[in-house]
Amino acid sequence: MSEQGRYRVEHATRSSRIGVGLIVIVLLALALAPFWGDRQMLRLLAELLTFVALASLWNLLAGYAGLVSVGQQAFVGLGGYLLFAMVILGGVHPIAAIFIAGPIAALVSIPVAALTFRLRGAYFAIGTWVVAEVFRLLASQVSVLGGGSGISLPAAAVIAMAPTRQAREFEIYWLALALTVMVLAAIVALLRSRHGLALTAIRDNEVAAQSNGIDVTRVKLIVYVLTAFGTAMIGALIFLMKLRISPDTAFSVNDWTAFVIFITVIGGIGRIEGPIVGTIIFFFMRQTLSDLGSLYLLIMGAVAIVVMLWAPKGLWGLIAERYGWQALPLQRQLVFDDDARRASDKRA
Amino acid sequence: MTEWLNVILQGVLIGGLYAMFAAGLSLIFGVMRLVNIAHGDLIVLAAYVALMVTQTLGLDPLTSLLLVVPAMAIIGYALQRLLLNRTLGDDLLPPLLVTFGLSIIIQNGLLELFTADSRKLQAGAVETMTYQIGTGIWVGLLPFIQFVVAVAVIAALQVLFYRTALGRAFRATSDDQSVAQLMGLDTRHVFAMAMALSLAVVAIAGVFLAVRSNFDPAIGPARLIFGFEAVIIGGLGSMWGTLAGGVILGVSQAIGAQIDPGWQLLAGHIVFLIILAVRPQGLFPKVSG
Repeated sequence: MSEQGRYRVEHATRSSRIGVGLIVIVLLALALAPFWGDRQMLRLLAELLTFVALASLWNLLAGYAGLVSVGQQAFVGLGGYLLFAMVILGGVHPIAAIFIAGPIAALVSIPVAALTFRLRGAYFAIGTWVVAEVFRLLASQVSVLGGGSGISLPAAAVIAMAPTRQAREFEIYWLALALTVMVLAAIVALLRSRHGLALTAIRDNEVAAQSNGIDVTRVKLIVYVLTAFGTAMIGALIFLMKLRISPDTAFSVNDWTAFVIFITVIGGIGRIEGPIVGTIIFFFMRQTLSDLGSLYLLIMGAVAIVVMLWAPKGLWGLIAERYGWQALPLQRQLVFDDDARRASDKRA
Repeated sequence: MTEWLNVILQGVLIGGLYAMFAAGLSLIFGVMRLVNIAHGDLIVLAAYVALMVTQTLGLDPLTSLLLVVPAMAIIGYALQRLLLNRTLGDDLLPPLLVTFGLSIIIQNGLLELFTADSRKLQAGAVETMTYQIGTGIWVGLLPFIQFVVAVAVIAALQVLFYRTALGRAFRATSDDQSVAQLMGLDTRHVFAMAMALSLAVVAIAGVFLAVRSNFDPAIGPARLIFGFEAVIIGGLGSMWGTLAGGVILGVSQAIGAQIDPGWQLLAGHIVFLIILAVRPQGLFPKVSG
């Protein structure tokens, strides 16, 4: 600390300023995608965006709060089913239903956390999976929503969104973009807040965080509930795009958890940029390897194991450590006002 | 009344199979605090190994155990030595994610080799033999053998843990890894032996699963969940507890199925969640997670 005491905490670094600039350009390009991309491109981009959001949420949960869940499909499916229930049984507008699904799932996640938080570490992971299985089995008992075989969204509700198919596709794409940006912005805001500092401390060392007065369980609970909130909204959006839901697709461990985990691990767990990098790699691999059928999943599993063992911080972790890059201003550093130079490049 | 007694009895017998799923899981958690997400897929792998052995050598499924058990034990030793030992440490993520990746690899590898068709091992006359043990109460020979084997496996593990040098090594490493190393134990080898033993139990469970019902490459995760529920119901680290847990799970599922076929799995999960809510340490706890 300087004698003059004139210093402030700054988040931005040179790389993050460039990063934010690039992000703004990419976001602009994405927002204008309906005008430069064809229908196929829009579908692919919307799907990619939902995976960025799901992986970012899982990263917040596992990478920062240390809550390694393999049961997030519980909330993806819950969101999807809530949307279908509200639209079919309550006549709610699909887009409104997405925003109602979030808070309901957050409420549901509180008793779920009360149970699963009793399990430690890896047993917590399997416990969350059991909960997802319970949700799947319950969903297949609800006969008004198609039971085990599932149900389609009624055509009237789909047409009510927008008159033409093209308008609907644009609307859903922009919705996907807006929701993903909202999720990412919320995560960045959370990580930059007081709670974010606590979370980063928990990520680095849970015991040390606790000894510094952080109420670890409470912070974890907050993150769990917020993640359920976001995951359910994205789940509702995903099944609005698919227009059909069934218990097996809604609560699929492969689609909503295995892929999401691979994306995060390959991209870089515990870093905000990781899931974004991971999703791009994942979609690239999927487009090139999809002809291989089940072999492609086998390769994904092998790549995830190799990355976990030899580059546990993922691809972005390697880059960030080597060059000190960060695309989003998250790290804190002291900047002395009377000292034009940046204090240091070390993390605060 | 006799109908319900029958249901409960069948539940108890299937509980023996769940106890075998659980014993392997509990064993490696006890020794190295590793939770193997691929456990269920390894059970299915054992079933396919048994399928190949019975088809190529024309052996009876129960005789095929003589080959399947050592084969799985060798796989377990190699897996631990070459892959899983690298993941052990303070960080929780690597073992979890590596075994998760392994689970996906086994599932899709089996899918590639054997397709998604469901298979079954044929054990011949043993399968259909039943005995009447009371008015209206019947016991199938195969479920009975399976339950006796489960009890024998758990008793053997108990003896091995508390009466042999290997068991002493397991307990020592479990208590304090670094002190065990100082005493001259090669923990990498001890861990690999534990995994070999776990997969030997998995092999027995896999063969009985394959004789009892149809199997396909995708059923592994559900077996992992059954095993896990039995471990938590019984209490972490207790071998006899896993038997109790398996039986409770089996009986809950049987009763659920009797009420409504759609409720079979749900009833098991709900009993598990209730026990987690009222007695999170399980019924017969030994170590804390």
